[in-house]
Amino acid sequence: MRRLAVLVVAPVLALMLTAAEPPAAPDRPLADTAQEARAQALFKNVRCVVCQHEAIADSPAGVAGDMRRLIREEIASGATDQQVRDDLVRRFGDYVLFTPPMRAGTWLLWFGPFALVVLAVGVLIARSRRRAIEPPPLSPEEEHRLDELLRNEKLRRDPDATSPHDGR
Amino acid sequence: MIAEFGAFALALALALSILQTGLAAAGRVRRSPVLAGAGQGAALGAAGAVALAFGALIYAFVTSDFSVSNVAANSHTDKPMLYKVAGAWGSHEGSLLLWCLVLTVFGGALARARGLPFGLKASAVAAQGALGSLFLAFAVFTSSPFTRLDPAPVQGASLNPLLQDPALAIHPPMLYAGYVGFSVCFSLAVAALIEGRAQTAFWPAWGRWVRPWALASWALLTVGITLGSFWAYYELGWGGWWFWDPVENASFMPWLAGAALLHSAVVTERRGALAGWTVFLALLAFTFSMLGAFLVRSGVLTSVHAFAVDPKRGLMLLAILGVTAGAAFALFAWRAPQLKGGGLFAPVSREGALVLNNLFLTAAAATVLLGTLYPLILEAASGATISVGPPYFAATFTPLMMVAFVILPAGPLLAWKRGDLRGAMQRLAVAAGLAIVAALLAYALWEPRKAFAAAGVGMGAWLILGALAEVAERARLFRASSAEVLRRLKGLPLGAWGMTLAHLGLGVFILGAVVETGFKAEAARALTLGQSVSAGPWTVTLDDVRVVEGPNYLAEQGRLTVRPSNDRGRAETVTAERRFFPAGGQTTTEVGLDFRGLDDVYVVMGERAGSPAQPAWVVRLYWNPWARLIFLGPAIMALGGLLSLLDRRLRVGVGPRRRKTA
Repeated sequence: MRRLAVLVVAPVLALMLTAAEPPAAPDRPLADTAQEARAQALFKNVRCVVCQHEAIADSPAGVAGDMRRLIREEIASGATDQQVRDDLVRRFGDYVLFTPPMRAGTWLLWFGPFALVVLAVGVLIARSRRRAIEPPPLSPEEEHRLDELLRNEKLRRDPDATSPHDGR
Repeated sequence: MIAEFGAFALALALALSILQTGLAAAGRVRRSPVLAGAGQGAALGAAGAVALAFGALIYAFVTSDFSVSNVAANSHTDKPMLYKVAGAWGSHEGSLLLWCLVLTVFGGALARARGLPFGLKASAVAAQGALGSLFLAFAVFTSSPFTRLDPAPVQGASLNPLLQDPALAIHPPMLYAGYVGFSVCFSLAVAALIEGRAQTAFWPAWGRWVRPWALASWALLTVGITLGSFWAYYELGWGGWWFWDPVENASFMPWLAGAALLHSAVVTERRGALAGWTVFLALLAFTFSMLGAFLVRSGVLTSVHAFAVDPKRGLMLLAILGVTAGAAFALFAWRAPQLKGGGLFAPVSREGALVLNNLFLTAAAATVLLGTLYPLILEAASGATISVGPPYFAATFTPLMMVAFVILPAGPLLAWKRGDLRGAMQRLAVAAGLAIVAALLAYALWEPRKAFAAAGVGMGAWLILGALAEVAERARLFRASSAEVLRRLKGLPLGAWGMTLAHLGLGVFILGAVVETGFKAEAARALTLGQSVSAGPWTVTLDDVRVVEGPNYLAEQGRLTVRPSNDRGRAETVTAERRFFPAGGQTTTEVGLDFRGLDDVYVVMGERAGSPAQPAWVVRLYWNPWARLIFLGPAIMALGGLLSLLDRRLRVGVGPRRRKTA
């Protein structure tokens, strides 16, 4: 009886064991989901150093896999995101991060767009000030002529206007 | 024989383009309609000759004529017919020929355009001919696709399998039609600078002539970029649709400049103002197109889809870019101070709003330019290598555009010359209120809570509701009788509908982009048959894997069941493939997509893992909420451009429709 039980149970158990044990995946996610989420977020900002413009999150290259493993190991050993980034930059250079560094050589890159907007707004304000000189008020004769012109039906209509006030 | 015929047609096209330039210019100088007409005839002839050359190349691809080296390098007898044809523009040489085809066909259309004054047209045809001559010379002397191979190989090397995709087969023609369509705006701008009309009446008319070309190019470019993005989304298998890759940026810069041009040309057309700025943008749009061509083909960029080329060709392209853009901008610097200012306007006015639009669109284009070129410049200057990727653009491009989007719906509600800001804000109050409610609901209801994504939802809703509010305002909705509202809606010009659709499409795109970016979820696991992986509210089970044979590939095809994790809802079966192309030795993924309402459940079959006895496959699962809107939005925008194009007022030679007065 006992022997029969073993005969029946053993294969089932073996099957369950193999099913329960995940097959070796190229990427082993961290057990801690919070840590894994941090790792995934970092992967998106790290460039695969042998690929063209690809993040290691997307790249199938072997090096990208190694870099993912490295980052996971560092996170598992308690490194902060900043420490991981610093370590990557130490190993591979600034090139490895999709966020360019902020230093004297990249100020133009980071602040150029906003400086351009500020400059353009400044120019516009300066020009509108220059233009803002109001024309002198109309003399009574001119007012009279304007009234006459406005009475002329043909001139009042602008056939090509699409402003919200047309057709009124 | 056919390759020699093609080479001859290409050389003929070059000769005709040079003739076009010479004859049209001589006609302009001598005020001779005969000479100018001959120039226009040469333009049509050049278009015909390039079309023949292009036809010859397609014929060589269709018949798999491997004695032509370009066919041998990019085709294969096993390839399906669509990709044999598409192979014609799959290489540097072939796509340059496509570029020349679009350039000369647009040139031919310009030569046939009616209603343009004699001098302007002759100058524009000459300028377009000069552009054609330069690019055709580049094609003939350095990049002819008709070079023969001796002995001819028995089999070709095949097209990169990643490019063997329906969306990508039509992506380059669309993209190039957009890119190169801006060449006509460029030529018209050069012509306007040469003619240098000081009369104020000239510029509104010029604005009207340049707008249809800008609209057509911009709409085609929108379609082209969207197709490319959609291709990247489902073909690369990375779950993303825009990577701020330098080549993507190269296509985005002319798009932004073109969008700015569209808006500023309206001001020039209606009010005669901003003439100099509109001319500048017309030059800039095509300059960005040429810059993109240089970046993609010279090999200076590392990108997923840069053409592998030698630097000599890059240098030639740089020379073309320098000569054309340099000459045009020098002309601009010389003539621009003489351009008359046109109509005056108050800061708060339709013109003022469009100036702000241009300010932000141009700043956005400059940001993309800076982000694309800065690594190159920095490396050349200091040897330091940096990468500029999505985080940079999220910190610079996105805030700039957000400010522009806040202002956008108010613009169309402001009157020309002097607008009523308070009135516009009152009319938008309902839209603004609803948009804020949408943002708050998005923040409260969606887990995990994300403030930025919720604000983005509000922004998308603001754009959509703002566009609708503008239509409602024009139709006097809720204020006039329904018959009157209907009559007003019918009376709206197509251009107005086009604008509304384009703005609405932008809102739709923003909604899709922020929801997808903010709330998407992904998971990857090695699955044996019967196992599952979950992401977001979806669970995917690997049911079956089998080997299938395609026309030119072998594939491992996984059948997977997608079901809601809470089991409330139907289950669907999708197939995802991992294809191996023996001809090039490459592997590609064929994504399994389950469309669920606006969401995509996106499944990628990865490499085989596990033991031979217990095989497993790495399955990557993405839940991309509202991803449908990302591609629907730009389609609506392009449709808006098309509608505007059909507006009577933009048809050259057709007068404005007389309105019956109410």
